[in-house]
Amino acid sequence: MSLALSAPDMSRAITRIAHEIIEKNSGSKSLTILGIPTRGAHLAQRISKAITEIEGTSVQVGTLDITLHRDDLRLRPPRALMPTVIPSLGVEGRDVVLVDDVLYSGRTIRAALDALGEIGRPRTVQLAVLIDRGHRQLPIRADYVGKNLPTSPTQIIKVHFSEFDAIDEVLLEDGEQA
Amino acid sequence: MKHLLSIADLSRVDAIRILDTAESLSVASDGAVKKLPTLRGRTVVNLFAEDSTRTRISFEAAAKRLSADVINFSAKGSSVSKGESLKDTAQTLQSMGADAVIIRHSASGAAHTLAENKWMSGAVINAGDGTHEHPSQALLDAFTIRQNLAHGNSDLTGLHVAIVGDILHSRVARSNVLLLTKLGALVTLVAPPTLLPVGVEQWPVNVSYDFDSVVADVDVVMMLRIQLERMSEMFFPNAREYSHYFALNTDRLSRMKKSAIVMHPGPMNRGLEITAESADSARSVILEQVKNGVSIRMAILYLLLAGSTEGQD
Repeated sequence: MSLALSAPDMSRAITRIAHEIIEKNSGSKSLTILGIPTRGAHLAQRISKAITEIEGTSVQVGTLDITLHRDDLRLRPPRALMPTVIPSLGVEGRDVVLVDDVLYSGRTIRAALDALGEIGRPRTVQLAVLIDRGHRQLPIRADYVGKNLPTSPTQIIKVHFSEFDAIDEVLLEDGEQA
Repeated sequence: MKHLLSIADLSRVDAIRILDTAESLSVASDGAVKKLPTLRGRTVVNLFAEDSTRTRISFEAAAKRLSADVINFSAKGSSVSKGESLKDTAQTLQSMGADAVIIRHSASGAAHTLAENKWMSGAVINAGDGTHEHPSQALLDAFTIRQNLAHGNSDLTGLHVAIVGDILHSRVARSNVLLLTKLGALVTLVAPPTLLPVGVEQWPVNVSYDFDSVVADVDVVMMLRIQLERMSEMFFPNAREYSHYFALNTDRLSRMKKSAIVMHPGPMNRGLEITAESADSARSVILEQVKNGVSIRMAILYLLLAGSTEGQD
């Protein structure tokens, strides 16, 4: 097990992502940040807090549960549903930034795009992730990446947030050979 | 969970899981979108051997919102009225590839029979069997109570519910007693002695023959329909006398607690067990119950059908 990102690394990555989002969207007025539960929702809160600090005005932030749109529902026992909270201005015509902790196969993001499409028609949809570990199964890429982390498929990435796990860190574990 | 046959074989944890799932689903389907892709390609059969409007329509709406295909099958106008047995009907449905059968039947235990005998491999959901149980109704009632009165708690601890009327013939009452007490509520049954089942003293409830002495103490008044179709003998002298002692009228309505709510599983006999004024009052959550029914049934279908069933019994 090795430490991929320490707490200060994470904080710096989140601040950089916040700056990049503001730069690309010329401010934060048109932004709606949607985190994918559970870890993505924490990350979305962190990013929007950083944006608020930089811009001085609050940013629209919410959560988007994608469970009902997953393509692997039949492969596992039923999953618990998480809350979806769409902020007051909705997604129609907004610049939506989807936020997740780890980008891997891309299937979660595909499901998120489907879920989002049913709520409304954003002007643009962008993707921010803390870790991009490769091994994509779909043609999806992130616009903002905290850290590119080359992995083997047997390895496991654990993202911990202090709100949830007492400490901020990203760990890379060697999984058992499947 | 493979089937939903009765509240009796549902654990407290399972029950709360269904309520929580319904909560999320009601948010998901509250927006502009009424349709989710979750059960695309699954077939759900509504097998209704007894009349029903809201339960059948509610299950149909729930299945359709999750994109399942729905086949409606009522005994009238099908081979059941020609004398086809439940077994043959089930095997026919199995050959057609039904993933779930929602069954309403006038015989108590019909859903059990269907699930036990392995005539079909799909999930069986009990939508009311005789005078036995009606689990989805109890779940939507508990959900409605929780939304209105539980202040964010996951169960119903500390709440007092009066169930009033024809307890004897009511599967809704049976399921509700089991579920509400499982979730920590105190239940008082109010009915004339003739409309209480034998052995009611062994149920985990209080029993009262006097509605007036109970009405001011409870958080929820759940009125039950007088089921004229199941009454072959006289259980009370006449409808006027029953109304006088056991109906929810304006006077009793005004003596309820400020926060208390009025429920009725429907269909209502207005003027018999509930006056029009009570049914349409601001305390009444009867239409909320109908709306919540769809969310609860979506949750049931989601939990039974969305995941893989491997590794479960």
